[in-house]
Amino acid sequence: MTVKTYTGSLSGRSKVVSNKQMTFAERIYLPAIFKGFGITIGHFFGKKATLQYPEVTKSRSEIYRGMHVLKRDDQGRERCTACGLCALSCPAEAITMIAAERKEDELNLYREEKYASVYEINMLRCIFCGLCEEACPKEAIFLTDRIVPSDLHRSDFIYGKSLLVEPVDQRIDISHRQTPAVLSFKKDPTQTHNS
Amino acid sequence: MDGNYILYKFILASVILLISLVVAMYSTLLERKVAGFIQDRLGPNRAGIGGILQPLADGLKLFFKEEFMPGTADKFLYILGPSLTMMIALLTSAVIPWGDSFAINGTLYSLQVADVNVGVLYVFAILSIGVYGIMIGGWASNNKYALIGAVRAASQMISYELAMSMAIIAIVMMSGTLSLKDIVEQQHGMNWNIWYQPLGFLIFIVCAFAECNRSPFDLPECETELIGGYHTEYSSMKLGFYLFAEYINMFISSAMIATLFFGGYNFPFMDSLNLSHNALTIIGSIVLFTKILFFIFFFMWVRWTLPRFRYDQLMRLGWKTLLPLAIVNILITGFVIMIKHHL
Repeated sequence: MTVKTYTGSLSGRSKVVSNKQMTFAERIYLPAIFKGFGITIGHFFGKKATLQYPEVTKSRSEIYRGMHVLKRDDQGRERCTACGLCALSCPAEAITMIAAERKEDELNLYREEKYASVYEINMLRCIFCGLCEEACPKEAIFLTDRIVPSDLHRSDFIYGKSLLVEPVDQRIDISHRQTPAVLSFKKDPTQTHNS
Repeated sequence: MDGNYILYKFILASVILLISLVVAMYSTLLERKVAGFIQDRLGPNRAGIGGILQPLADGLKLFFKEEFMPGTADKFLYILGPSLTMMIALLTSAVIPWGDSFAINGTLYSLQVADVNVGVLYVFAILSIGVYGIMIGGWASNNKYALIGAVRAASQMISYELAMSMAIIAIVMMSGTLSLKDIVEQQHGMNWNIWYQPLGFLIFIVCAFAECNRSPFDLPECETELIGGYHTEYSSMKLGFYLFAEYINMFISSAMIATLFFGGYNFPFMDSLNLSHNALTIIGSIVLFTKILFFIFFFMWVRWTLPRFRYDQLMRLGWKTLLPLAIVNILITGFVIMIKHHL
C-alpha cells in the first residue's frame, strides 16, 4: 500500500520556502550594506518624532479628563455644597470631604449654607472617569485638561482644596466639558438630584 | 638636543593628548546624537546649548558613582586592566602625522611627535598590546561573563589583526616605507592610496571595526548575551576608562584610515593655492581632522545600521574571507609593481 502524501496547502496561505543559492552580489553583503546605509542616512536627515515635552505638549482631545477643578461662581464663591454625591459616585473611592456650616461673615466665600471645609481627592486612586462631575448637582467639580504632575511621596498625591479650588483671579475654562447637552442634563427635572 | 626642542615636543605631545581626549569626549555626545537622529529622535539636547555639556555631565556622573570591586577580584590586575587599556589607546597618537610642519625662525617644527621610521610596525605593536587591557580586566573580575567577553575579545582581535596587517603590507609595498610621514608625503595632492588600494581599504576598515570592538563586531561586550562582557564587574571611572578608551580607539583608527588611505593632511589643489608653508600646514591639519571626523561619523553610521554578527560568522569572515582577500591583494600589488618595474 502506498502512503498518499498531501503536497498542497490546507489553508491556502502556505508559502514555498526558497532555498535558492545566494547570488554573488548577495554573498558579498556589500550591496545590501550600502542599501542599509541609504536607509539610515535617510532617517538621519528625516523628520524627527520628538516633542520637546515641557515646552511643547501633544494636543489632547478637547474633552480630555485630567486634574479636577472645584469651580467658583461669578462672584467668586465656592459652588460646592458638600452634598457628597461625587464621593458616592466615585468608583475608586478617591474623594473624601468634611462638611461645615457657613457663618454670617462667610457669605462672600460660599454659595450655599453648607460647604466643604475639607475636600480631598487622592490622585493615585482616581481613575479620571468623570462620574463625579456627572453626579454634581451644583456644577462645582469638573475635570480639566491639566495633568497631575509626578511627585515623590504618596501623601503628596492627596490633593486638598488649596490645589483643587480655582483661584479667583485665574479661572479655569471648563466650557469644553460643560456643553449644552451637559447643561440640559443638569437642568433636567426628571433627574432626582435636580428636584 | 637642546631645551627648546624638548619644550616643543612636550607641548606638542600635550596638545595631541588633549585633542585626543576632547575628541573622544565629544564622540560620546556625537554617538548619542547620531543614534538619536538615525532613530528619528533628537538625542540629548538639554545640558547646555544643543547638549554641548552632556559629556561633562556624563563624566561627572561616572566620577560620583560608587567604586565597587568584587570581593574575589584580583585587586592589582583589576585596576591594571582599565589603566592599560587607556594608556595603550593614547599611545598610538605619537606616530600619526597630524599636519606637515611649522617654519618658525627658519627651523621646521613637525606636527608629529615621533617620526619613527617603523611607524606602521609601531602602530601594530601597540594594537597587539591593546588586547591585554581587556583580557586582564576580564580575567581579574572573576566573573564568567567578563571572562567569556575577554576571551572573545582576545580571539577576535588576534584574528582580525592578521588581515589588517596584510592589508597594510600592500600599502607598504607600494610606498616602500614604514614611516607614516613618508606614506603621507607620497599621497601629495589627490594622489591618495584609496585609488590604488580599494580592496585593501575595504579589508582595513572592516578590520578596524573589529579591532575597536565596534558594531557589527562588538561581540566582546555584547549586551544581550554577556551583560556587559569584559567590563561587567566594573563601575565608576574604571568603567568610564574602558568606555572612553573605545572612543579614543575610534578616533585613532579614523586617523589611521585617513593617514593611510585618504592622504592624511593632503588635499586637492594644495600646490595651486600659492599659500605660505605655515598656512598650508594649518589648512592641512583642518582637512585631516575633517577626514577623521567623517570616519568617526562613519563608525557610528555603521553601528546604527548593521546588526551584530554571530560568533562563528565573525570568525568565518575573518579567516576565510578577509585573510585570503588580503593575500590576493598583496599578490596583485606585487604583480603590478613588478610590471611597472620592468616597463
